[in-house]
Amino acid sequence: MGNYLLRRLVIALPSLLAISVIIFVLLALAPGDPFSELATNSNVPPAVAEALRQKFGLDDPVPIRYLHWLVAMLHGDWGFSFASRIDVSRLVLQRVPTTLYVIGSSQLLALAVALPVGVYAAMRPYSMFDQVANTIAFIGFSLPTFFTGLLFILVFSVNLHWLPFVYRTDIHATGWHLYWENFKQAIMPVAVLGLFQGASYTRYVRSAVLDVIRLEYVTTARAKGLDERKVIIKHVVRNALIPVVTLVALRMPTVFGGAIVTEQIFRVPGIGSLLIDAILANDTPVIMAVTFVFACLVILFNLLADIIYGWLDPRITYA
Amino acid sequence: MVGLTHASPTLEVTLAPKRRARRFSPGHEAWRRFLRHRLAAVSAVILLLLALAILIGPFIWRVPINDIDFTARLSGPSWQHPFGTDDLGQDLLARMLYGGRISLAVGFAAMSVGLVAGTIIGSIAGMSRGVVDAALMWFTDMFLSLPQLPLLLLLIYLFRDSLKSLLGPQGGIFILIVLVIGGFRWMTVARLVRAQFLSLREKEFVEAARALGASNLRLVVRHILPNALGPVIVAGTIDVAAAIIAESTLSFLGLGFPPDTPTWGRLLYDAKDYLDIAPHWALFAGGAIFLAVIAINFIGDGLRDAFDPRKVM
Repeated sequence: MGNYLLRRLVIALPSLLAISVIIFVLLALAPGDPFSELATNSNVPPAVAEALRQKFGLDDPVPIRYLHWLVAMLHGDWGFSFASRIDVSRLVLQRVPTTLYVIGSSQLLALAVALPVGVYAAMRPYSMFDQVANTIAFIGFSLPTFFTGLLFILVFSVNLHWLPFVYRTDIHATGWHLYWENFKQAIMPVAVLGLFQGASYTRYVRSAVLDVIRLEYVTTARAKGLDERKVIIKHVVRNALIPVVTLVALRMPTVFGGAIVTEQIFRVPGIGSLLIDAILANDTPVIMAVTFVFACLVILFNLLADIIYGWLDPRITYA
Repeated sequence: MVGLTHASPTLEVTLAPKRRARRFSPGHEAWRRFLRHRLAAVSAVILLLLALAILIGPFIWRVPINDIDFTARLSGPSWQHPFGTDDLGQDLLARMLYGGRISLAVGFAAMSVGLVAGTIIGSIAGMSRGVVDAALMWFTDMFLSLPQLPLLLLLIYLFRDSLKSLLGPQGGIFILIVLVIGGFRWMTVARLVRAQFLSLREKEFVEAARALGASNLRLVVRHILPNALGPVIVAGTIDVAAAIIAESTLSFLGLGFPPDTPTWGRLLYDAKDYLDIAPHWALFAGGAIFLAVIAINFIGDGLRDAFDPRKVM
């Protein structure tokens, strides 16, 4: 197991490096640099500006600057946020747990919806239930998250006054009341993201189960007199989940994209809204760090998918 | 090359059976299957109406998009303003007709960029073996695992101003958004094309064309590519919907087109602060995006049925 993980990590490292190169080259190619304002500021003599540029190595060739940047990143020195006046690493780490909490719960919700609906629809293909589920799933992933988010706010906050539409971290409450408030304000962001993902997962699950359910080993299991529920859960679903895990892992970038939008709509203080705020405030170090963290998270989730994959499919050995 | 030795057995196969009651051309056959997917047929009509409205609408509904009228601020749908007005009293129907042009244009243009890039990369990977193929596929897989939206935002943040000064505020942003969205949507197409190429390049008709002395380029363009197009068209259709969503997302986050360009996503961005007093504003803009996206998705589903007869029951 440890060996397998290590190997997957070694495979993931080049992708991470490549992503860091891409981000860095983009920044290097982009016009303007942090010191461009110095050049136009008449209070700073050109000699001082030049000395500053030399001190921070802005005139070095790109590969050398990349190495400096990479070493600094690895040391945990992610720079200083222009807008928030604290270290970028602290700012980002403060906000990562919220994002992971929202994304994790929404993925659980998505699977909790998609698995039963998809399996049930595939057990009765082309039935009324299947067609209704299919159409709803189609509507579900054609509704962009920013629109569902606004619809939810319109219905549940503006019209019904059931749920708060701004996510708050400064709730003045203790004990159960605090948990309840936290739960209540997380419902809408999680539901928006979860239902959007759930809609496409339902289609994956349905087609994967349909592929498996006609195979002969399923007939054999039934012929042995096994309970239908046991056949479906232990024999069909487990095998059908293998392609589903792959597809879910492939959708991870979309999930993080959706998380940015939902965080922005509901003002959830995660790294997604941090990214938008940083872009609007021209806060380059934060933008770089958050983009890189997003890339790391995508790769982390892919790694997780690989592990689940190995657990579902015994033919894939950990050795 | 595989199969170079057996030339004769293929000859007999080409003699088609002559007893056929009704003959459908492949195109006709696909069209028939497409129409059988009723939702797809309905969606095609809806999309056509939407496109017509956007193209012809501004000539019929001649209200200017930036006609400010504070007396009719945030009013709901009426005869004077069928879709209501926004916070400056500008007519929403006119703005949506104009913005729809840009939203749909971005969708189709970004799809074309992705389709062309994906086809080229997939073809090169599919025709070459060994290192080039492996490297290109690694590149594709890496792109698939990139966090797209953050990078989209990063790219637009970095290059917005220079393109704006180069090509004007609207043209510059349009080209940037199309290139960037298209640049993140070629991977599926590349994989599909490569997979098709791997099987097609071993087929006898390709072998025959090569034996006649066709160059590699001619093999690809005239013989292999036309046969690989089915799944590519399906993927391209769905990419249009994804590109429209991507553009709307950027505009919705306030990082797409400038404020005076009312794309559907931008309208939604402006509308979100007035949800409680003017819900019609958000509903019309969001509804338009939803309608376009679901119509395109259903058409893609219908095309999949049309091009892949095995999947239809």
